[in-house]
Amino acid sequence: MSFTVRTVDAPRVTQPDCDLAADLGGQTLPNPVLTASGCAAAGRELHQFFDVAELGAVVTKSIMLEPRSGRPTPRMAETPSGMLNSIGLQGPGIGHFLEHDLPWLHEHGARAVVSIAGGSVEEFAELARRLRGAPGLAAVEVNISCPNVADRGLVFACSPSASSDVVGAVRRHTAPSVPVLAKLSPDVTDIVEIARACVDAGADGLSLINTLLGMALDLDTMRPVLGGVTGGLSGPAVKPVAVRCIWQVHAALPDVPLVGMGGVRSGLDALELVLAGASAVSVGTAVFGDPGAPVRVLRELTRALTDRGFGSLREAVGHAHRPGQLLGES
Amino acid sequence: MSDSATQTRPLQVSGEILASRRVGAYHHLTLVAPGIAERARPGHFVALAVGGERSGMILRRAFSIYQSRATGVYGGTVEIVVGVHGAGTRWLAEQHPHTPVDVVGPLGKPFSLPRDGGASATLVGGGYGSAPLFGLAEALHKRGCRVDFVLGAASADRLFGALDAKRMAATVAVTTVDGSTGTRGVVTDVLPELMARAGTDVVYACGPMGMLRAVSRLAAAQGIPSQCAVEESMACGIGVCMTCVLPVVGDDGRTRMVRSCVEGPVFPGDRVRWDDVGTVPPETVGAPAAAATGGH
Repeated sequence: MSFTVRTVDAPRVTQPDCDLAADLGGQTLPNPVLTASGCAAAGRELHQFFDVAELGAVVTKSIMLEPRSGRPTPRMAETPSGMLNSIGLQGPGIGHFLEHDLPWLHEHGARAVVSIAGGSVEEFAELARRLRGAPGLAAVEVNISCPNVADRGLVFACSPSASSDVVGAVRRHTAPSVPVLAKLSPDVTDIVEIARACVDAGADGLSLINTLLGMALDLDTMRPVLGGVTGGLSGPAVKPVAVRCIWQVHAALPDVPLVGMGGVRSGLDALELVLAGASAVSVGTAVFGDPGAPVRVLRELTRALTDRGFGSLREAVGHAHRPGQLLGES
Repeated sequence: MSDSATQTRPLQVSGEILASRRVGAYHHLTLVAPGIAERARPGHFVALAVGGERSGMILRRAFSIYQSRATGVYGGTVEIVVGVHGAGTRWLAEQHPHTPVDVVGPLGKPFSLPRDGGASATLVGGGYGSAPLFGLAEALHKRGCRVDFVLGAASADRLFGALDAKRMAATVAVTTVDGSTGTRGVVTDVLPELMARAGTDVVYACGPMGMLRAVSRLAAAQGIPSQCAVEESMACGIGVCMTCVLPVVGDDGRTRMVRSCVEGPVFPGDRVRWDDVGTVPPETVGAPAAAATGGH
């Protein structure tokens, strides 16, 4: 019988035979595995389990201008191969984040993709202004798609013009060298239309997908499980939706870098998103069940790419769109 | 602070079930979890993956540590008490020895021990919520504290650890709602008399939220500090998911929605806004000014 303590001296990912560099709209990350917004706080907690600098980047929980208490509990319901959450963007606000969290990520060698969320175009613009010039900022992710709002009209990502307004404002107030990523909702009729609007407004890349709006009832109380009534569905259950969204957007906009997320808990899941068109992959809900998941997924993805004969990650991005092409031909 | 933080840095360990035993309505599991037992202190908890590697149950289940032994034939072990509430706990209860289980721990802030070695501590457990109190009782004994127990449950089969308590405590009071053993009623029916007899200096409690509210209020009314370990539902147990929050008053007198996994599970009883658990009180830091708020 033998037991291993995984967190101690976990093997570093060194696979020189596969170039893992990932393009993120002007930024190049050393590898394509990221955390997902809302699933890694601001990195500190996960750093107890692995070195956050090993990841391509840490994507922070969405930051707002002011402190936010979030929604009442219960905030979580486990569902088949997934979960619903209705956290409601609880967080300390941008001031605290700039003073404590971003410097910590920078000091620990992590590349930070800072997710921002606001209730108006002006709030998003102000957040972008506050972030400008902050050390350690690798990219800004614009969360225009959080489903936990009382009024669906407030989900910017449901409207091409609202998405465009927010993304345009953030792009204008962000340093030109820092990519702006728009995070999109799958809960729309035509995700390509929204994607196009964001890119036309200046988005350097897109993050696909945010959670799907869902709901569960407690069959003992016969009432909604969640304090917020509805919540965002995530986990392996949504992976096919992510693959579909990434596929559609990559087919329409093949030159736009995509960060794929939705149900990734293994390297093969990550590979599926890459083959569909993602240049990088976020590990989100899987972290709740396995805090070491991001570095494990990176190891497994590296092996999966090597096993299939890919010399680089770039070769694999969107590979599934190139029918008939065998590896080694080009 | 930094020393203790280093000591209790949680580990993720590939462990396995060493033994599983039915105790009344519960299951007492012994887990081989090297590294975790050595770091565990009374009040810490562990978070277990359930259902096997390809399980559709993707979230961890959190359990207070009942006992931990740093050394053993198979390495360090931690023991937990499982009450079957759903598919995940049912899976755990049904597993035989040698089933691999991924364990994360030790997690959370443990109980604080009284500075005064001769203090009289009263330990109150509801159902299998009593589990972390026996390790605590041992630690209190080592400090020369007097320990008294109050254990309550709905029925006799839902009491946990009455024999342990009798072995360790100066006195033990038992209550059951149905009267199947001990005094018919709830823990707070017998607590005032026991506290008077024991000359209680501090109350420690673990159990359902309603019991903690009542115990904390009773202690506060007598000017006696209480430490309550809460049982909030959690998705991760490590502080990233923000689901296990409850309203707690800070040193500055302001209410915040606080994570019970990292800032708890043990809280001073007089800091938790028990009546407001499940809500966001309007004066909470960052509480919504208007009804429409959103985001995850």
